[in-house]
Amino acid sequence: MNVGLPHFLTVSAALFALGLFGVMSRRNAVGILMGVELMLNAANINFVAFSRYVQHTIDGQIMAAFVIVLAAAEAAVALAIVLAMFRNYGSVYADTAQSLKR
Amino acid sequence: MTGDLIFILLALLTIVPAVWVVLSQNIVHAGFALLFTLMGAAGLYAYMGADFIAVAQVMVYVGGVLVLILFTVMMTRVPGKGRHRYGVDRYVPAAILAIAVFGILYKAITSVQWNASATPAQPTTAEIGTNFMTTYIFPFEYVSLVLLAAMIGAAILIREHKTVDEDQDEPEVQS
Repeated sequence: MNVGLPHFLTVSAALFALGLFGVMSRRNAVGILMGVELMLNAANINFVAFSRYVQHTIDGQIMAAFVIVLAAAEAAVALAIVLAMFRNYGSVYADTAQSLKR
Repeated sequence: MTGDLIFILLALLTIVPAVWVVLSQNIVHAGFALLFTLMGAAGLYAYMGADFIAVAQVMVYVGGVLVLILFTVMMTRVPGKGRHRYGVDRYVPAAILAIAVFGILYKAITSVQWNASATPAQPTTAEIGTNFMTTYIFPFEYVSLVLLAAMIGAAILIREHKTVDEDQDEPEVQS
């Protein structure tokens, strides 16, 4: 076996499918966020793999760095929303947050 | 060969804990499994010669995002209600869609004739820094603004709403 582009893409596809499963099946809002993080990492692996094996420039790695920064910002805001939701509803389950006001 | 063995180990380190992340009934266990998945992804970046991205992954995800997630998990636990209840109505459509997406992606990956050749690995940090300061200067500054706005927004969202009540409790100064 010679490790090449298709192997990295397969790992990435598996990671994306698992993240999608997590987003769809979790009730816990933090669990949903973990699924989103898995999907973002799958996209990042694809960026770096195409940057190395097809494009032969550094642009894909720069895009991966931007994705990491935006994922950090997204995690901070999402977890703040989860904490505010826990304070207002007393639970972190996504299907209990149904009303717009207390 | 050693390189193939390292790739297989890294791929297993990425995928196997990811299964645990999405299936574990205990959300704390899922958080700790996410640690291994993120470390495996960092190893894959390093395997592809992206040293800066690998280090940034470890510092930002493992050192920052994962600690945030674990703090939130532990601050929002309700005793006795931590169990993640299984429900067929949620698991079956999620499994069908996930398997379909993976099947389509795998079919696409294997059917395309990739014109791929590996770039020789070389240090990337200096080149990334140069690109950030020249070609990507606008996205670089913009993303720093987005990060600042997100931090301020997060701080405002989790703030306790006490100031209004305190102002109302104080007696009004007679004019």
